[in-house]
Amino acid sequence: MCLGIPGELVEFVQEHEDLAVVDVSGVRRRVNVGLLADEGLRPGDWVLVHVGFALSKISEREAQAVFDYLQGLGQPYADELDALRGSDIA
Amino acid sequence: MRFVDEYRDAGRARALAERIAGSCRPGRRYTFMEVCGGHTHTIYKHGLEDHLPSEVNLVHGPGCPVCVIPMGRVDDAIHIARRPDVIMTSFGDMMRVPGGSGSFLDAKAAGADIRMVYSPLDALKIARANPDRRVVFMAIGFETTAPSTAMTVLRAAAEGLGNFSVFCNHVMIIPAIKAILDSPDLRLDGFIGPGHVSAVIGCRPYAFIARDYRKPLVVAGFEPLDILASVHMLLGQLAEGRCEVENQYARVVPWDGNRIALSAMSQVMRLRPHFEWRGLGFIAHSALAMADEYAAFDAERVFDLPGLRVADPRSCQCGEVLKGVLKPWECKVFGTACTPETPIGTCMVSSEGACAAYYNFGRFSREQISAAAREPREASQP
Repeated sequence: MCLGIPGELVEFVQEHEDLAVVDVSGVRRRVNVGLLADEGLRPGDWVLVHVGFALSKISEREAQAVFDYLQGLGQPYADELDALRGSDIA
Repeated sequence: MRFVDEYRDAGRARALAERIAGSCRPGRRYTFMEVCGGHTHTIYKHGLEDHLPSEVNLVHGPGCPVCVIPMGRVDDAIHIARRPDVIMTSFGDMMRVPGGSGSFLDAKAAGADIRMVYSPLDALKIARANPDRRVVFMAIGFETTAPSTAMTVLRAAAEGLGNFSVFCNHVMIIPAIKAILDSPDLRLDGFIGPGHVSAVIGCRPYAFIARDYRKPLVVAGFEPLDILASVHMLLGQLAEGRCEVENQYARVVPWDGNRIALSAMSQVMRLRPHFEWRGLGFIAHSALAMADEYAAFDAERVFDLPGLRVADPRSCQCGEVLKGVLKPWECKVFGTACTPETPIGTCMVSSEGACAAYYNFGRFSREQISAAAREPREASQP
């Protein structure tokens, strides 16, 4: 429920300043980055994504560590990725 | 010992476990509560308890948002969902949580339009696409999740969306920790503080735990090494006679939290005078409702709700498990009448619930569970 999944910021969405496309394990979806407006996010940055919102900016090294941890979780991570695949935030 | 051995940093985990053992004063018992369900999951998944010295006892706290939703609130949500003009939207975790008369899944099977969403923003999109229906988002979660609901409502308000509302069940971790500290049932020596909740609220709100209750708290990450490092930090504080809030998870948690998230929450939501937590009872100022300015987006004001309080099943001991008084396997229905397939209590529903985590990672053979469940014990007496 409180899972944060690491995503790499690919690009900002032109028509909405709070939305950006992130890549989570090859799944590209739009998420809201409004909570990190103070962080000066740029493409290539890594963020922890929770229920469609980027919650924290993290290092690439941390992203890899979280990714390893999540893969070890098994089903809960698979469920989270499935839910993300079904997401279509606009 | 196979669990931690499967972990990529098994060597470092074992080294930390040795340092933990060296930090314990012989004969003294240390009881630490991990507040967050994600931590509980890691502890069971990797069998961390087997690697801690017998002096260290980890007890599991109330930090599983699905687990603490009282049955009456589930019934209220189903009452809304049954209306033909309503589309109810919910995180997947919530679908199997039992109310007094079934779950979302049961209501969906009976014809209610209940849709799983990944994000409240997905619920917003459904509202835009269905202007002739009323779309309700079942909002649950601690401070990790509440800002997402708040930001979504702000967006709905900016768009002037008239058919979207939130059934707000957001709860707050600090009042729950305080209730546990004030409970006579349990003596704790310190806390492993929640990770992602703290990314929002920061570390300052925990200061009273160290100052007024003289208990150390270490905000921790979710990996096995994080948990072990936090236990080591707690023991270090106790050995040195310190009681402080420390941040082991600084790579994600800023000391002051997330300013924008806190501001969105305080704009859109207000404190409830009290809220019922499943198993813990009513806790003052422990949950959020929609603020008056956003009444149009408040499902509690848009719809008439029964608002009935429903007592937990008598056989269910989730309350004791959520307070850390009972270990999951000590509950008299654990693994027998209550399983993840047919949960009686909420702790068996979510993967972060202590009971589901215990059950799924096979910490006990079914024979042991049955034997344990048959043994009479004081805590289970009415």
